[in-house]
Amino acid sequence: MSTVSTRSPAPVKRSFTAGASEYLNDRTGIAVAIKGLGRKAFPDHWSFLLGEVALFSFVVILISGTFLTFFFQASMAEVHYDGSYVPLKGVEMSVAMASTLDISFDIRGGLFVRQMHHWAALLFVAAIGLHMLRVFFTGAFRKPREINWVFGFILFVLAMAEGFTGYSLPDDLLSGNGLRIIDGLVKGMPIIGTWTSFLIFGGEFPGTEIVGRLYSLHILLLPALLVALIGVHVVYVFIHKHTQFAGPGRQPMNSVGPPILPIYAAKAGGFMFIIWGVISLIAATFTINPIWNYGPYDPSPVSAGTQPDWYIGFADGALRLIPPGWEFVWLDRTWSFNILVPLIAIGIFLVLVVAYPFIEAWVKGDHREHHIADRPRNAPTRTAIGAAGVTFYAGLWAAASSDILATHFSLTMEGVIHALQAVTVIGPFVAYFITKRVCLALQKKDREIVLHGYESGRIVKLPGGEFIEVHQPLDEYERWRLVSQESYEPLMLRPNSRGKITVGQRVRASLSRWFFEDRIAPVTKGELEASHSAHH
Amino acid sequence: MAQDDHSGSEVAAADSSHAAQDFAGSTGTAVIPYDAFENPGFEPHRPRVTDEEPKREKRAQRTVYTLFYLSVLGSVWAIAAYMLFPIESNDVDAVRLNNMFIGFGATLALLGIGFGAVHWGKSLMTSAESIDTRHPIASSEATRAGAVEVFRQADEESGFSRRTVIRNSLIGALLVFPLPAVVLFRGLAPQDELPVPLLSHTMWKKGTRLALDPSGVAIQASDVTIGSVFHVIPEGLNDLEQGRLEEKAKAAVLLMRLEPNELNPAPGRENWGYDGIVAYSKICTHVGCPVALYEQHTHHLLCPCHQSQFDVANNCEVIFGPAKRPLPQLPIAVDDEGYLVAQSDFTEPVGPSFWERN
Amino acid sequence: MTRTKRRTGRRHPLATVALLALGLVFTGGAYAALSSGTVAQAEADPTSQETIEQGKKLFQANCATCHGLAAQGTGTGPSLIGVGAAAVDFQVGTGRMPMQMQGPQAQQKPPQFTDEQVKQLAYYVASLGPGPEIPADHLANGGGDAANGAELFRVNCAMCHNVAGAGGALTEGKFAPALTDVSGVHIYEAMVTGPQNMPVFNDLNISPEDKRDIITYLKYVQDNRSPGGFELGSLGPVAEGLFIWIFGLGAIVAITVWITAKSN
Repeated sequence: MSTVSTRSPAPVKRSFTAGASEYLNDRTGIAVAIKGLGRKAFPDHWSFLLGEVALFSFVVILISGTFLTFFFQASMAEVHYDGSYVPLKGVEMSVAMASTLDISFDIRGGLFVRQMHHWAALLFVAAIGLHMLRVFFTGAFRKPREINWVFGFILFVLAMAEGFTGYSLPDDLLSGNGLRIIDGLVKGMPIIGTWTSFLIFGGEFPGTEIVGRLYSLHILLLPALLVALIGVHVVYVFIHKHTQFAGPGRQPMNSVGPPILPIYAAKAGGFMFIIWGVISLIAATFTINPIWNYGPYDPSPVSAGTQPDWYIGFADGALRLIPPGWEFVWLDRTWSFNILVPLIAIGIFLVLVVAYPFIEAWVKGDHREHHIADRPRNAPTRTAIGAAGVTFYAGLWAAASSDILATHFSLTMEGVIHALQAVTVIGPFVAYFITKRVCLALQKKDREIVLHGYESGRIVKLPGGEFIEVHQPLDEYERWRLVSQESYEPLMLRPNSRGKITVGQRVRASLSRWFFEDRIAPVTKGELEASHSAHH
Repeated sequence: MAQDDHSGSEVAAADSSHAAQDFAGSTGTAVIPYDAFENPGFEPHRPRVTDEEPKREKRAQRTVYTLFYLSVLGSVWAIAAYMLFPIESNDVDAVRLNNMFIGFGATLALLGIGFGAVHWGKSLMTSAESIDTRHPIASSEATRAGAVEVFRQADEESGFSRRTVIRNSLIGALLVFPLPAVVLFRGLAPQDELPVPLLSHTMWKKGTRLALDPSGVAIQASDVTIGSVFHVIPEGLNDLEQGRLEEKAKAAVLLMRLEPNELNPAPGRENWGYDGIVAYSKICTHVGCPVALYEQHTHHLLCPCHQSQFDVANNCEVIFGPAKRPLPQLPIAVDDEGYLVAQSDFTEPVGPSFWERN
Repeated sequence: MTRTKRRTGRRHPLATVALLALGLVFTGGAYAALSSGTVAQAEADPTSQETIEQGKKLFQANCATCHGLAAQGTGTGPSLIGVGAAAVDFQVGTGRMPMQMQGPQAQQKPPQFTDEQVKQLAYYVASLGPGPEIPADHLANGGGDAANGAELFRVNCAMCHNVAGAGGALTEGKFAPALTDVSGVHIYEAMVTGPQNMPVFNDLNISPEDKRDIITYLKYVQDNRSPGGFELGSLGPVAEGLFIWIFGLGAIVAITVWITAKSN
């Protein structure tokens, strides 16, 4: 793109872009990054974009949040509201609440930015959840990505914490009652409870400190951790390269997809703007967190339908599902199992989630790197465990809306709670059983299709009078997708070098049996030839 | 003897599609059949309609730049909406219009770029795929050995593993140095107050009048008719200069009147009510929400947070939900002007349970 | 060959339809013109003996089976002596009474009686014993302090009816209804009489001016749409969460499928 000046034999005149690039490269050496990364392949599947949904909504949160910090004041000093919303005029409230009302009613576009911020937050956590489910069900947490799974889990927890601290900032009736519940939860913890509550709130509840402290967490500490961990999380994706689904030409040791520049950049960059646009559309048309209806926090009033934001719902639901009376006094102390049991159950659930990759790796003993994503049906036990986990979470989540379920479906709240207790406790086992059987059946179906082709819908009458449906055999490309999966056997117990079978090995063997006892192996070349010769 | 299963050496075919040996490590319990299918390689490239028909390509091109121009329109619209929809009139509907029109402009601006860029990428950019080679994540043996050598040399030069006293005292110092910082956080709570005594007492005292929430006007016994529920605070709460909400969070009370023969007071509490008027703490004994829903005929109190239910006729014992302890009762009487007064503070801590409560 | 228009002597195919339409318009119009004057929407006079007699007849025909011939109460319905005109105006005016079926929650349904008949019933029951009266216009039509009303509403009403009047659940299948479509008069009467399991808020608990303020606040909520856009039922985070998962993520997943699909 350089032009030569025709006037004199002066130095070649270069384009602006070329000049600027050279200036930058002389000072940073950035060309090596462009050369290395610019044409990297990025495997293309819709489910691989879910992490990006989370990332791009996080960008919206950061930018809209920064705008809000210029107007929000995180002080609990009392003031009489003097803004333009009539039903709150003259009402005594904290400065935090008053400034949030000012953002909503007295700053042009303020309500729009506030709604973008809150809707993007809901979308952020939802996208993380869906992304995590995709990673789980495709086994993308296997070596070398176990550490990234752990970081992702930590990001999920941090995102929930960001959301909780964020919606508690306006000091309104809804979030204030949420803080009250947290305070009650903390107080119920053995030994450290009352002191922890005292430290968090700076004395008795509600105190005058909590909004300021949550603000520091919300705009300083937690975003810093989030940004740092997201950075690490994405760098890992570059180092490991993204997984890809099995397909013609896709090998464990290659990575196939559109190059980063220009196609992937166009698609991903465009997707970023689309996510922003979707959030913007929702914020322009749907109300979220109408704090003007809730009014300022006061320990006496409460609204019907008091729920936390959706991602805290599973914890609130767990509290609602505990039957009456799970608390007693023993050795002069109060043991509140109605609070401890939900905490412990959720704690165990979370530990199982974060530890799952390590458990599965131990059971399988497979130390290879895995870069081909599994189809969920090809890992039946894992998929069934995931379905059970989702059912458990869903039961807890649904319980958080037990009163709304009752009014909207004309049920008794007692009936709803009893039904959800059953769903949460028994449901996972039912879901496990059904999912496992469905996966195995789907694998059998895949085998059928490989061996006999798929039903083409053409009916042919044979000379002997018999009707048959013509089965269309698969071409080698279609067939590859159905036969390329890995299959595992249960571990055979053998004594170690000292002639003993350790307890660890026994546990591993029984887990291995549970995982792989029922298995459908993919069709091999030999089987296909055998079935063909059987037919002809 | 291998207590494991299929190590790499048992795999019969060196099949490139199951490149187990490319990535070091045993295959565990994986089954690798000797006659598995091989990867058929890439499918033949299928051209797009925009590659084959110039007319379609032109149409796609037009779509892309139209979308980008629409985006510009959207941005202009958003700025115009900011100016054309003022909200200074104290009218809520003006805010709604402002929100909606700025929002629509922003949406058009963003979606225009987004859909335009994706459509460009999908239909116009060359559709060939890139193929990268993956390398084992683990470093090569040489690199690993080099790293080990670095540490070995550093260890030799510093004497780190040799000088055990230095090493152990350093570890000790590093473990302990953050502790003062942790201790500083004790300052989050007041130094001169203890939580348990504060939790165990409220503002109610002998003779404190029951007053309406939020106005603070005192209540006479004759005001409270059958089927009523009064939301109550101690008289004088509204005059507190500090700690008003903290006191209210313990002292909020519900006042109800039932027929005397419907009440079953616990032994010793027969005179805690007055002619069927009873007062109970409003703070739920589960985790502290206000138990505010009163059903006049069933005499049930319902907490909206986790659906604990309390029976007023039976000392507010728990009849459903995750709470355990009944709501504490405030003993009340009538003073000589007919106003309802407390006989004393609550006889137990109000609100959620805590460890030291006994 | 040209087509000639011939008069066949037959009727136009639409002639019958036109005749029927004309007939309907005539008879309907005549009825409307002639009958509008005869059914007077008379205001029932609370003091007139005729009102009370009419009310008594209506009562005995529609209410006495459950409430007794003298409104003294039976096993299936409580005594109405002393409930006042306000209670009857509320219960019958909102269609809750006559009750759809026995139970602790009287379901709201289309009112069975005209306004005049409702008043006649109300004044008849009021004549049996003193009780809360139908509120005066200046108390039931708003025009008070919305901020005071909002604060009182939050303390006394929001726990059952929700801060925006969207309604809420009570125990054992009962519910507090939404208040978004209720008239000021009925709101006042409900507060002062405590229908079904709703508590009684007598005038010493919430004064008539305070009740007027509460009605003013509810009218403000009824009359003003949310500045943020659609309210999703004012149900709070549950509705917002459902919306973002189903419509937000749903739309976005559909878009991801489009983005990664092979171009045509």
